[in-house]
Amino acid sequence: MSLLEIDTLAVQYHTLHGAVQAVRGVTLSIERGRAVGLVGESGCGKTTLARALIGVLPRNAAITGGRVRFDGADLLQLSGDALNNYRWRRIAMVPQAAMDSLDPVYRVGDQLVETMRLRGGLTSPQARERAERLFALIGLEPGRLRLYPHELSGGMKQRVVIAMALALDPQLVIADEPVTALDVIVQHQVLRTLRELQETLQLSLLLITHDISVVADLCDDVAVMYAGRIVEAGSVREVFAAPHHPYTMGLRNAFPSLRARSARLVPIEGYPPDLASPPAGCAFAPRCPFAIERCWHDDPALLPTTGGRLAACHRAAEADALRTQAPQAFARLETTGPQSVRPGAPPAGGTL
Amino acid sequence: MSHLLEVTDLRKEYPLQSGLLSAVMGSRRVVHAVNGVSFVLDEGGSLGLAGESGCGKTTTAKLILRLLHPTAGSIRFAGRDVAALDGSDLLSYRRQVQFIFQNPYEALNPRFTILRSLLEPLIIHEIGQSIAERVERVAGALDRVHLNPPETFFLKYPHQLSGGQLQRVVIARALLVDPVLLVADEPVSMLDVSIRAGVLNLMRELSRERKLTTIYISHDLALIRYMCSVTAVMYLGTICEIGPTEEVIEHPRHPYTQALVSAVPDPDPTRPRRPVEIADTVPTPFQLPAGCPFADRCPQVMEVCRHLRPLLLPVDAGVRVACHLYPDSTPRTAEGYGAKMEPH
Repeated sequence: MSLLEIDTLAVQYHTLHGAVQAVRGVTLSIERGRAVGLVGESGCGKTTLARALIGVLPRNAAITGGRVRFDGADLLQLSGDALNNYRWRRIAMVPQAAMDSLDPVYRVGDQLVETMRLRGGLTSPQARERAERLFALIGLEPGRLRLYPHELSGGMKQRVVIAMALALDPQLVIADEPVTALDVIVQHQVLRTLRELQETLQLSLLLITHDISVVADLCDDVAVMYAGRIVEAGSVREVFAAPHHPYTMGLRNAFPSLRARSARLVPIEGYPPDLASPPAGCAFAPRCPFAIERCWHDDPALLPTTGGRLAACHRAAEADALRTQAPQAFARLETTGPQSVRPGAPPAGGTL
Repeated sequence: MSHLLEVTDLRKEYPLQSGLLSAVMGSRRVVHAVNGVSFVLDEGGSLGLAGESGCGKTTTAKLILRLLHPTAGSIRFAGRDVAALDGSDLLSYRRQVQFIFQNPYEALNPRFTILRSLLEPLIIHEIGQSIAERVERVAGALDRVHLNPPETFFLKYPHQLSGGQLQRVVIARALLVDPVLLVADEPVSMLDVSIRAGVLNLMRELSRERKLTTIYISHDLALIRYMCSVTAVMYLGTICEIGPTEEVIEHPRHPYTQALVSAVPDPDPTRPRRPVEIADTVPTPFQLPAGCPFADRCPQVMEVCRHLRPLLLPVDAGVRVACHLYPDSTPRTAEGYGAKMEPH
């Protein structure tokens, strides 16, 4: 059984402009000891999804459907102390820009020890000893426990924050953009540390990022999110080598690679839909060069395709053929613009 | 042959805010943000300035734009000393050299309509005879950056546009005044991945079509590889390697460039990588080491690196490297570093 099973989870934000459906039925599972990357553009709902898992959504957000099972327990039914037993102890989160939330007036070691005393019930000497071991684990000398945040570099602060997440031996760590603010060399080192920890401690890791290279570098599995839905999921090697969903195909061509000689990049024309009024059909259809009539009114479900993969696309069975046409097809859309009018529908200005 | 842009031994120091004690003691600490940068750029060339945060790449750009004054060194544009320009010459320089900054949300006045923001440079530089002609130029510029139909954008405010659209408006504004040199500082790092390629392609087409000379500043080597024919890698205020982009990225010679290139993650998980490991502690730019600035982190450091600063000198294939591993980089005279270079 998977460690974490998310089943058709839906989250809404209540805003002045009405309800925004940020997460629209996400189904995703994370196996024990696996690193899963959740990629998507800003606003696709990846952070909202993560926050919903451990019940730290903002006030104006509410879970409107679905289930989350962690190690057999239904997380969404828990509250108060029962939920607190999961937070940090079994599921730890490294939020975005967490390294900037270290308290500047306390030594980093004291902040780490405080966490373990208050949340883990360790005694001070126990916590101190564990803090030293944690620092060794993340590749910092124990002497650095006595330093203040401003005395550490960005990479070191990020390591401290990761140590904090690991302080109470969680089974699952959720890391939201853990290396985004770091320089590339430091980023590489932090990612490598994270990978080593994940392997040696047999952690499950949910890594949230907009950068598919980071996922390719660190994760076993990947889930691609678009407009509040998972559109494709599977092992990193398979998904990136041979994407089944047109959005993933488009992303691969939109991204410069340092190591491949530069073929012309092809953007994905248009913008994600407004989730205050999500489209009836597939949310990607207006930007998809392969959209057929059915895509405009029938939202595809996330279904198994070949090789244990999942894709939410009516034309997933044709994926191999579509993939070879993808660069030219997306490039054609680049010249004509996104499809604002669906084929067969009355032209703009007509009766609707 | 004269170059369009000639930067020679450029330096910029910032004094550190000092307390009463250090004022009394007479000690003066400075940050060496740019510490002897030299390069030349020919008309129609495209130079990428790569490096990590704090390496001085944005300061170099601001010096070129004359938004900052250098502490020492010179910038010559079309043969003239930029620091000496004033009056109408300075105004003309400000027209010929345009820039695109990282954050399109901050580059446009939030209380101006797009039309007003785009008319302003035409009024300042007295381009166009009548309002009607200027409006027509604005429409043409918006059309060229694929904001169609242009009239629908005239009366919009910046907050009504997406990041990608705003960056296109900023590009249109820069091109309205027919610049010669375009400096872009991280032009797409604020944009979403699927939008980036469109903006980059647009900038590539426009610079080709107008024979623009361009400088791209980015921490992203993949972007620089896509956009630039010449790449300069900066470290702690100096250029440690410069040469044709393909050479610098495919066969990096400086140990820092090697570490930087090898650390970039790749979207293809099957491509093998051989990362070069270096320490993640960056020396601060106010305690510059006496020798090579990279010596403390360099996996191949030698005795000479600790006390003698290497010169940026040609190695092969048009690449210049400042590293003692390449014997030509070791100065034979007491002359300073920052030799002139020809990127082409």
